[in-house]
Amino acid sequence: MNPNAVWALLLREAKIFLREKERIVSILISPLLFLFVMGRGMAQGHSPVEGFSYQQFIFPGIMAMVILFTSITYGLYIIWDKRLDFLKEVLAAPISRATLFFGKSLGGMLGALIETLLLLIIGAFFILPQSPLQVLLCLLAAFPVSYMITNMGLTIGAKMKSMEGFGLVMSFLTWPLFFFSGALFDLGNAAPYIKAVSLIDPVTYAVDLLRVIMLGRGHFSVWTDLGAIALFSLATTALGVAAFGKLQQEK
Amino acid sequence: MAAIKTENLVKRYADVTAVDGVSLEIKEGEVFGLLGPNGAGKTTTISMLSTLVHPTSGTALVAGHDITRDPLAVRRNIGIVFQEPSVDDLLSARENLYLHSMLYGMPRREIGPAIERMLKMVNLTDRGDSLVKTFSGGMRRRLEIARGLIHGPKILFLDEPTLGLDPASRKAVWTHIRALKETHNTTIILTTHYMEEADSLADRIGIINRGRVIELDTPDALKRKVGRDLVYITGEVNEAAVKALPFVRDCRKSGARCEISIEDSGANLQALLNAAGRIEEVEVRRVTLDDVFLKFAGQQISEDADEKSESIFERIAVNKAVRR
Repeated sequence: MNPNAVWALLLREAKIFLREKERIVSILISPLLFLFVMGRGMAQGHSPVEGFSYQQFIFPGIMAMVILFTSITYGLYIIWDKRLDFLKEVLAAPISRATLFFGKSLGGMLGALIETLLLLIIGAFFILPQSPLQVLLCLLAAFPVSYMITNMGLTIGAKMKSMEGFGLVMSFLTWPLFFFSGALFDLGNAAPYIKAVSLIDPVTYAVDLLRVIMLGRGHFSVWTDLGAIALFSLATTALGVAAFGKLQQEK
Repeated sequence: MAAIKTENLVKRYADVTAVDGVSLEIKEGEVFGLLGPNGAGKTTTISMLSTLVHPTSGTALVAGHDITRDPLAVRRNIGIVFQEPSVDDLLSARENLYLHSMLYGMPRREIGPAIERMLKMVNLTDRGDSLVKTFSGGMRRRLEIARGLIHGPKILFLDEPTLGLDPASRKAVWTHIRALKETHNTTIILTTHYMEEADSLADRIGIINRGRVIELDTPDALKRKVGRDLVYITGEVNEAAVKALPFVRDCRKSGARCEISIEDSGANLQALLNAAGRIEEVEVRRVTLDDVFLKFAGQQISEDADEKSESIFERIAVNKAVRR
């Protein structure tokens, strides 16, 4: 690991991310639709959790959605880098593939953090007031969650050859991860098959952790959530570093 | 010590053998030209030497390090200017150079001055803070060259450094390359389509075709092998009489025109013309590397240079479109 190189890679991602302001906004569009249209329109506002409206109930889930979509999209973006030769410069540099991988995943985390903060501000004003401590905890939670999901995106992106696969990943991975996570409903009352699938969905634990922080109650214990997220983070790190190790220049 | 030594380097892809047993030795401080048509294996050879592609078999030492066993040590000692544009469109020229310097582990306090020095060298100082996506093809190329040099590599790989450049930029790049060799004793490996480029820059030239090095020598020696000069005669040439002359190396007829290579056209031209028979038109040309290539590889390569440079600019256009 080479800290200078990781820092330089992170700086690059930060500059590019902040230069594409339209992208920052466009990523928030569908989560905001879920939050303000579906959140208000569904179930006459009744929530599975007492003391909260449905809109307030799904707020943590939508925050997880923002992290999920930002991080996966960011990770998959590496396909462009590959196709357009921008990656070559980095592949040819005297840094290990692990260094490259961490530089990239930190970049993804940064993007997810910015989006999380934006949504948190909007939500705190219009939906559910948050204390400074809650805001801080949410951002802290966003770190490992965006890390593990960026890793998934990077791993898939490193293995994929063309951008055509992008839509497939969104349909077959991102949306299922989101729907099975229980972001929009209470897992306690869900059908058994949904429960079963949700257990192997990393986003489930992210949603739950955020619910514990923001609503004060969750389906699992905090330790289960943190443990699961840590496990998924380790697994995706191993997969990602291995996939990056195999990256070669493509003709 | 040789800067680069390859032993029977081979790269096979599923359907094609791109490099088929290349053994080379490149001396320290030498400018070495790899000359060949599209698909000859130039880029693949360079990609293997710069550790971007694993060889199927064979190995190479670059700056004393094995390319398969210690790629990071190789990378610390080399600089690469890729054929395809690889500067980051969404960053400024300065940011591209900064990123590169950090990746190559330059000490932080040296980075700032080095960036300014490089920008000055390639004449981009006043555009240093513009995003690269606003650059022309020539400016990108110059930036890439600056980037390949900023960390002071011992060995520099230049893959078609002047492809698609206008003549003025091309000359500027040549000047940089010569200065580099003279002031820093940098070993330079250059691939090119342009004969003129190889002729004017390279100390030695390897002609590569279908993955094999078919000739390797100094430009002058290569030209001598073909024959000193070419005489084109249009008319009814008496081939048998011409071939009988002692100074004639070769005589080939294509249509109404005869291509005759002879030694010392100054002394022997009159004798040649006397023997040739009825002549309508004569043209004398000193031999060029183009002829060398034609002879050894059996094909002309200057045509596909233009084709290739077009495709590079298309690529830049695509990059711009996609990133926007």
